[in-house]
Amino acid sequence: MSEVIEPRVSSNAPESLNIITQTGQGARPMTGNEAIARGVWEAGCRVAAAYPGTPSTEILENLAKYPSQDLHAQWSTNEKIALDVAYGASYGGVRAFCAMKHVGLNVAADALLTQAYIGVNGGMVLAVCDDPGIHSSQNEQDTRLFGKLANVPVLEPSDAQEALDYTRWAYELSEQFDTPIIVRSTTRIAHTRSPVVVGERQEFESQGFVERPENIALPTTARRRHPVVIERESLMETYFSESAKTQWIKGDTSVGIITAGMSYSYVREVLQGFSILKLPASFPLARDSVREFCDSVERVIVVEELEPFLETEIAAMGYKVEGKVFFPRAGELSPELVHEGFAKAGLLESRKIKSMLNFDELVRPPVLCSGCPHTGGYMALRALDARVAGDIGCYTLAAMQPLQAMDTCVSMGSSIGTAVGLAKAGNETRPIVATIGDSTFLHGGIPGLIDAVYNQANITVLLLNNSTTAMTGGQDHPGTGRTLRGDETHQVNYAEVCRAVGVKSLKEVDSYDLGVLYQAIREATEYKGVSVVIANRPCVLDPVKIKGPAFQIRAEGCTACQSCMNLGCPALSWSDEMLDGHHKIKIDETSCIGCTLCVQICPSDCIRPALELNPS
Amino acid sequence: MNATVTGPTNVLIVGVGGQGVIMVSKILARLSQQQGLQVKQSEVHGMAKRGGSVFSHIRFGEEVWSPTIPMGEADVVLGLEWAEGLRWLRYLKPDSGTFISDTKRIVPPFSCRDRQHDAKHGYAHHTVADIVAQVPNTFAPDATGMAIELGNERVANTILLGVLSTVMDFPVKDWLKVLPEFVPAKTLETNLKAFKAGRAWTKKPHEPDLRQTTVQAQAGPLMRRQVSLEITEEWCKSCDICVKMCPERCLALDQRQIVKLVKPQACTGCRVCEWLCPDFAIAVHVEAVPAENISVVTATEVRV
Repeated sequence: MSEVIEPRVSSNAPESLNIITQTGQGARPMTGNEAIARGVWEAGCRVAAAYPGTPSTEILENLAKYPSQDLHAQWSTNEKIALDVAYGASYGGVRAFCAMKHVGLNVAADALLTQAYIGVNGGMVLAVCDDPGIHSSQNEQDTRLFGKLANVPVLEPSDAQEALDYTRWAYELSEQFDTPIIVRSTTRIAHTRSPVVVGERQEFESQGFVERPENIALPTTARRRHPVVIERESLMETYFSESAKTQWIKGDTSVGIITAGMSYSYVREVLQGFSILKLPASFPLARDSVREFCDSVERVIVVEELEPFLETEIAAMGYKVEGKVFFPRAGELSPELVHEGFAKAGLLESRKIKSMLNFDELVRPPVLCSGCPHTGGYMALRALDARVAGDIGCYTLAAMQPLQAMDTCVSMGSSIGTAVGLAKAGNETRPIVATIGDSTFLHGGIPGLIDAVYNQANITVLLLNNSTTAMTGGQDHPGTGRTLRGDETHQVNYAEVCRAVGVKSLKEVDSYDLGVLYQAIREATEYKGVSVVIANRPCVLDPVKIKGPAFQIRAEGCTACQSCMNLGCPALSWSDEMLDGHHKIKIDETSCIGCTLCVQICPSDCIRPALELNPS
Repeated sequence: MNATVTGPTNVLIVGVGGQGVIMVSKILARLSQQQGLQVKQSEVHGMAKRGGSVFSHIRFGEEVWSPTIPMGEADVVLGLEWAEGLRWLRYLKPDSGTFISDTKRIVPPFSCRDRQHDAKHGYAHHTVADIVAQVPNTFAPDATGMAIELGNERVANTILLGVLSTVMDFPVKDWLKVLPEFVPAKTLETNLKAFKAGRAWTKKPHEPDLRQTTVQAQAGPLMRRQVSLEITEEWCKSCDICVKMCPERCLALDQRQIVKLVKPQACTGCRVCEWLCPDFAIAVHVEAVPAENISVVTATEVRV
């Protein structure tokens, strides 16, 4: 533990903490994700793998910018495979890395919990990015709990500089303590740019594969390893207590704040003068430091995002500690919430913000892009009144108004299994359709499809193939025929995959051809057994931004029936002209890409190419 | 306890996915870093790319801790779109904050979802004049309109940066030095023009842009419409066209395969079924009825 003594009020305190280093020579603005990637590269990592997932995606994208002779970086089919690949490299004696979002760790957990017993040869680091506040996820689980479950140390950087430093440090810890290490980031760290001082790459001397009994997870080896893992935990507790990265910021001893990660920044933002203990790792807990700190202050308050993880651990040490009684357990923390928490604790005045304007905020949910090829499929399902098991991707937005054509969504690849269950429940009168994107299908959908065929479920699978991982910003995957670094490779043929697992009813259609798409899905739902419809059209944003000739609405022909508005296309909105109490529609030509879906739907045939209506 | 002597400067840049919020923030972040200040710039992306609300917090000063701006502490809120600018107004410093926003309106599909008769836009109803009345430091140019006049709609953001440059302390030459790093070389000239146009706009006196008409809620009409469907069952041949084409999905075939109005409250009387029925089996009747006579279910089925 290092002690930091600061002036009571940070008036002109340029010396305090890390300002000097952060604005000094060589500092460059980096997001947390860029900094983690830099740390991985500097540590001499040779193999890195990931499946894209917000907010972790840019880590691998940035790693791929470093020379390929330095490290192999790849997209894997899912997080478990990515972790297996990285671990294979660690077995092989080189430093390895794997990145994922919090829910990705659920997929990879099977491997991780055993890897913790096996240990490492080359250093093994996982960056796991949590999403407090659920900006772009399906839950806000707390990875620190996973660290404890898996007996894997969890480091918590509080800004981009620490993201780099801790990542490098994690490799040393991994090899010293013979364990994989989790660097836990959050959306706010991943996507915040701040100045970072970078270092040089240090090559790691590989000793090659080392044959040792614990390489093979068997009951006999695992029984021997478990006590070692438990002992490692206490060794690391001592290590973290002695580490200079455990910082005790000296101050008023009436109250002591214990915090880690992003919460530390919020505490520093709103509170001055009190004692603070900043932990670099939330697991294993630096117990000696915590004990010394708690003994030195009259009252202990823990500030942490999401679960009361540190709070519970410290309470179990026998200290009276407050935390979640002041700070919310659900959602992302913010300076405002931390301020209000301290106000409840009696340390600050509550801030009443004078409201400038009192009005309802415009509701602007994310929408499918104009020309999104997913729209047609859901329009057809809406017309068929199908019971739709959805999945994770842009197309989950079809659950919202106006399409409202999705009934369930759980996790990556869940749609097909969910549909099988709905069918086997035996009480559904509507046709049951699972909808799944191409990347999600490869990630976790194929075992579900095999299950459906094997168990003779009466379902239809609509495979929405837009040839990219769209939601996370257009990453390549095994179905695109290109690798992370852009090299050509084998391209998965979905129809062949479906036939190989025993699908007998299979049709490939164009996502933009509404009539054919509708007909194909209708026939598929009437088939007894597993039927698959593959709808093909590239994403309009990635890898190439598609923009065709725009369409316009011939206002005198528009009957204001609102049929086209059911698409939810952002290029369509109400014009000021009304007919019989309803708004006629207009098209924003700059955002229309000319997909023609609205043209196909319009009952009065008044949507025409803009060039035809305005030849000039 | 909570006295910050020289707190950081806080700028919130907001807009709709795809408008360039992140690019604008990067320019400002680079500029502040070049002044030797500590900078934190925080954004959230992912779903926001899909036409949702996008925001970026930029904080710079001698010491910056939190990457996000606490509510009520933004020195400037810069909106690339009108309703998005308004959304973040509550983050502005109540007395001294500056509000800069394009008057461009991007109306989301969600605002046009009301299918009732005489439905109103869900879009923000406040005009520039409304806002100026409450936030005196408001700059609301029609930046997109000005950009189109300059020949490139995309330079609207640079016009807003020009406006922003008049309320920040950085020297103009520094802005002009940073700009070329972030805009494509072939549009540099237009961007520099746009920047200057933004600065010039603040110098000339102007009325608040009142062209933006307020969509005022009108007094409720005394007469309301009542919609009813007259279905001639003998003529219906179960072709399903009306069922498939009804925008509100309020028709269905019954057990005898005859069309039936199953969700009368959803029927808007748009007449698509009447026009499309090949057998003239559906007639839509819309009549004005005194409002008090209308029950909750506004449409009824009439069988002949």
